[in-house]
Amino acid sequence: MAIISTVRLWTDQDALTSSGTIGTALRLTVPILLAGMAGLWAERCGVINIGIEGMMIFGTWFGAWGAWQFGPWVGLLFAILGGMFGGLVHAVATVRFNIDQVISGVVINLFAFFGVRYLSELVYVGKPGGGISQSPPQKSALPRFNLPILSGGEIAGWKSPDFLGWLESQRWFILGDFGGIGRGLTHNLSWATVIAIIIVPVSAWALWRTRFGLRLRSSGESPVAAESLGVKVNRLRYYGLLISGGLAGLAGGTLSIVASSYYRQGQTAGRGFIGLATMIFGNWRPSGILTGAMLFGYAEGIKLVASDSITALFLFIAAISAVFFIYSVIRRKRVQVLVTLVAFIVSAIAYRTIDTVPESLTQSLPYVVTLIVLATANQRLRPPAMAGVPFRPGEPH
Amino acid sequence: MRKSLATLGSSLGAIFLALFICAVLLLVTGKDPLAAYGKILETGFTSDKFVEMLKRATPLIFSAIAVAIGFKMNLFNIGVEGQYLFAALIAAEMGTHVSLPAPLHVLFILVVAMVSGAAWASIAAFLKIVRGINEVISTIMLNYIALSFIQWLFETFFRDDSDGGLNVKTTKIAPSGRMPDLVHDRLNGMFIVALLVAFVFWIVVFRSRFGFRLRASGLNPIAARTAGIPASRMILVALMLSGAVAGLVAMPAVIGDVYGYGPSAIATQYGFAGIAVALLGRNHPLGIVGAAMLFGFLDSTSAELQLSGIPSSIVKVIQAIIVLVVVIVNEASSRRYNRRTAERAAMALKSLDARL
Amino acid sequence: MQSESVRPKLNSATDVVNVVELTNISKSFPGVIANRDISLQIDRATIHAIVGENGAGKSTLMKILYGLHQPDSGTIAINGVVTQFKSPSEAMAAGIGMVHQHFMLADNLTVLENIILGSEPTKYGVLSLGDARKRVKDLATSIGVEIDLDLPISDLGVGQRQRVEILKVLFRGAEILVLDEPTAVLVPQEVDELFVNLRKLVANGTTILFISHKLDEVLSISDQITVIRQGSTVATVSPKSVDRLKLAELMVGSDLPSHGERTTKVGEKILLSVRNLTVLAKARKNPVQNVSFDIFESEIIGIAGVDGNGQFELCEALLGLVDIQGTVELGGKDASNLNVRERLDQGLAYIPFDRHREGLMLAASLWENGLLGHEATLSRGPMIDVKAARKSCREIIERFGVMTPSELVPAFVLSGGNQQKLVVGRNLANTPKVLIAAHPTRGIDVGAQAAVWKEIRRSRDAGMSVLLVSADLEEVLGLSDRILVMFDGEISAELDPKSATPQILGKYMTGMQ
Repeated sequence: MAIISTVRLWTDQDALTSSGTIGTALRLTVPILLAGMAGLWAERCGVINIGIEGMMIFGTWFGAWGAWQFGPWVGLLFAILGGMFGGLVHAVATVRFNIDQVISGVVINLFAFFGVRYLSELVYVGKPGGGISQSPPQKSALPRFNLPILSGGEIAGWKSPDFLGWLESQRWFILGDFGGIGRGLTHNLSWATVIAIIIVPVSAWALWRTRFGLRLRSSGESPVAAESLGVKVNRLRYYGLLISGGLAGLAGGTLSIVASSYYRQGQTAGRGFIGLATMIFGNWRPSGILTGAMLFGYAEGIKLVASDSITALFLFIAAISAVFFIYSVIRRKRVQVLVTLVAFIVSAIAYRTIDTVPESLTQSLPYVVTLIVLATANQRLRPPAMAGVPFRPGEPH
Repeated sequence: MRKSLATLGSSLGAIFLALFICAVLLLVTGKDPLAAYGKILETGFTSDKFVEMLKRATPLIFSAIAVAIGFKMNLFNIGVEGQYLFAALIAAEMGTHVSLPAPLHVLFILVVAMVSGAAWASIAAFLKIVRGINEVISTIMLNYIALSFIQWLFETFFRDDSDGGLNVKTTKIAPSGRMPDLVHDRLNGMFIVALLVAFVFWIVVFRSRFGFRLRASGLNPIAARTAGIPASRMILVALMLSGAVAGLVAMPAVIGDVYGYGPSAIATQYGFAGIAVALLGRNHPLGIVGAAMLFGFLDSTSAELQLSGIPSSIVKVIQAIIVLVVVIVNEASSRRYNRRTAERAAMALKSLDARL
Repeated sequence: MQSESVRPKLNSATDVVNVVELTNISKSFPGVIANRDISLQIDRATIHAIVGENGAGKSTLMKILYGLHQPDSGTIAINGVVTQFKSPSEAMAAGIGMVHQHFMLADNLTVLENIILGSEPTKYGVLSLGDARKRVKDLATSIGVEIDLDLPISDLGVGQRQRVEILKVLFRGAEILVLDEPTAVLVPQEVDELFVNLRKLVANGTTILFISHKLDEVLSISDQITVIRQGSTVATVSPKSVDRLKLAELMVGSDLPSHGERTTKVGEKILLSVRNLTVLAKARKNPVQNVSFDIFESEIIGIAGVDGNGQFELCEALLGLVDIQGTVELGGKDASNLNVRERLDQGLAYIPFDRHREGLMLAASLWENGLLGHEATLSRGPMIDVKAARKSCREIIERFGVMTPSELVPAFVLSGGNQQKLVVGRNLANTPKVLIAAHPTRGIDVGAQAAVWKEIRRSRDAGMSVLLVSADLEEVLGLSDRILVMFDGEISAELDPKSATPQILGKYMTGMQ
């Protein structure tokens, strides 16, 4: 925390922790978070879901259509249903027919991509603001709110002072950042964001504290054992995939209804896969996924809002690397020492030499971050033991 | 042999099933399936459409073989998209800096394309070998990164505006570097190269020692390791070979049509179409060529469809549904075939036993 | 529900009625008749053993009793009431609990979660964990077991996992316990502990069905023994009236193949030499620590030990799959830095622990499986010589008696025993100099076992060195010229097979002494 505050003051890049950046970051976290949770529910019941991207695409299209016809809340509902459709197809293909789960996912992505193009051609062409690759704008936006007292929210009509906003504007060391971050998290908050975040503890509770959750997890850890105890593995996998599809659809819905106000082709931009990476990074636990998604959201937020700040980010990375370098030297972890040293040198050089990162390259930031995240997160991972392994009930084992 | 026939039979059956499902979907969305299918058949079977079908099939063959090489080792190379675009840019650019007599110039460009594709694919291979990153996600990420990287390279270094006009490209390749046409202006020699590659694929994978090791690593990687087949090296070689073939996907366009690379001149999406064709062709060269022809046939009709009021994207939807249904049907029927093989073998043994 | 009525009332005067009665049970699968007209009566609160060779039909019979399969014909009666079990849940509801040979536990879930799965105490769908915890703890105490309920199964050893399996069925109120080969993975001392638990259970009124092919144990623990051979019941006897030999004869139907003394002598050249071999670990303890031994020409060294004491890692190290400290010499030349391929070329061969996982490509044909590891010898240049490969496979099939219609069928078609014969044959066919044989006869019937032993002995007589790794004491004692015991990654003893007994071996294998 102290480090990023120092970096901010040194480089005079307020955007690093401004409420604008953080607010955007939070908004961008949501689709990745939901995609990651979609991946979680699928893999926890034992099915790898590469098709999250496709289910998100269904979500964006059906969500936009619903919002255009009826309004934002109905739009979100349609988005969920659209995603569930994709989840159902995946379930039938992999659970009932036992085809390879990755192949099924890839084909669903193709199907979704072209399917919504076809639907757009049918429905949107000729309508005002619409076309083959985008939909007309939605009727009305989803309500947003400000947290009372802290960020200027309303309590029974009375507008409270914006304490965090004031804190932020003072630009003090640490406290200023606190203000910025806090306000970003609580100002202009969309209900969709709240829903998405609530899904995290709800999922954790459902998976670890209910009978349904235990049985679902056992379907992913050892379907053979579960079956022998009377658990209906295949039925649970259907449920798990429907939930997964629904979450993916919701993720798509937030893209076309909340983050923007219409559907556009390519809106998902690989977030479904980034969601999978987040799930791996989060070690298949909801809390980890939330952390990972926030990391990605922040990266995307910086890229969008303040791409000049990327150079400041290099300094930040350099500083963090230095800290980890010292830490790993003390702990005598040879590989880590080497990695952090390289990271420090690379980011320091980058900071010194690069003034502006060309637009075309910044586009690749989230994908590069994904690779880096996957490369560093690979130890001590505990995926559900039998995820990806086809299961046929009743056959001799 | 019997298994191949069974697979062919079930694939054909699956295709008809898929067409039926598509017809239902069309009806649901208010379009007349018979009119659509009729139009497709009508336009597809004209003589000049035949040439167009081969032309569209060519890049699909390259793409599908690239994917199939990976599949044989249980590796999912979804990154063909990025690999071929990267290769197209590099090869197009390199092709303008070199002057060689005609056949060598073309060969040079092709080799550069293959090397570039292999190089991009090797990134995913290293990520998998060194850090254990699943190649599905890494190749997909590399696709997006490739798009970005290519755009930057193109804008910064390789762009040539001397031609004027809206379609920006790299410098045009000299005539010595262009692939001659088979059918004037409609189909170029890369089609022959594609068939050649399919043949080489068959020989290498199914009849060579290396191909045996490749397939063994795919069938049971642990048993292969125990039998002396080095896992990491196989992964690297397989992905690089896959990338090399992927590099050729855009070559028909680059040296046969456009004579260069341009973001709007070279078509995208061939990477994913290749996956579909490989799945449809069951990773076998004959199946792949056949499936590529089928897709080429369907694609060639899209323009006419559009003109007669049917959204052309229906073609792609049909293709996606065909792939899904074929994969499902093949899985079910191959399981049934395996069960029957086991039963037949047990029966044969029983009669052997009884005679003893 | 019908199953409610089969639970015995405490003061029932109908104690004479058998608690389990199977009548004329028949069951076949495609191509094989597993059970043929089997009838069985089991008395309450006794330990009833069911013995038979692998593939005789014991497991299928028990799976029928447990509801995993339905019989083609015949009836099951529990406490005199004829019932049908269409699923394990119905059998469980009737009080039958099965402890499987291959534990059905989820590694990443905790002990508690594994025990309550499928019968969770809940309140409106939410797990009542406190309630569950108490009930399990009480059960554990009643049979003398102490265990930490929050550990993931992956942290537990084999003996503890078996206790979890037993608690699992007791939690569901099982009064009839079916144990499928429970001692296959236990060492003599752990077997004694298990038997103590079983006797406590019987004293509490539980009936136990004990499936095994370990005849000594069966004779020592059971009250009644039923022998099953080739799908039918052969006899039901009391342990007082038979001895091991008679029992074996009933099982196999003819005399057991005898071991016989060897006629050739151990050679003088050292073909495999291992010095200070240590396999470094990622975890705390090295799986193989400072192991040294030599194997001479024409000699079989048996490594006895419970699975999990480093044998697997030792084999991997000798094969060249992991980095090591120390040296390995093949035929006098240093092989420590050679990779797998190079060692195989130097005359090393390996029969793996798990033929499915490490040895075969199930979807590929037999002749392609025969190629694996030997592609170079059956190729012409870079291409594979298909004719030669198929011929070589036919020779293996002939010499090792692999029962198959041809060399073209896919490997999954073969039975386990024949698959093992193929793997053994593939390795022996190229006359290796050093053979590492891990569990070469695991899971195959007595006839196939004898065939494999015969071939190994033949090759040994011709000069091959063998490193035999096995937890089957009969195999180790019968084949080896010298026995090394491996415990906790180190060689803890060297014994002479003529003077070693299972008890002595057991002591070293568990680290006592």
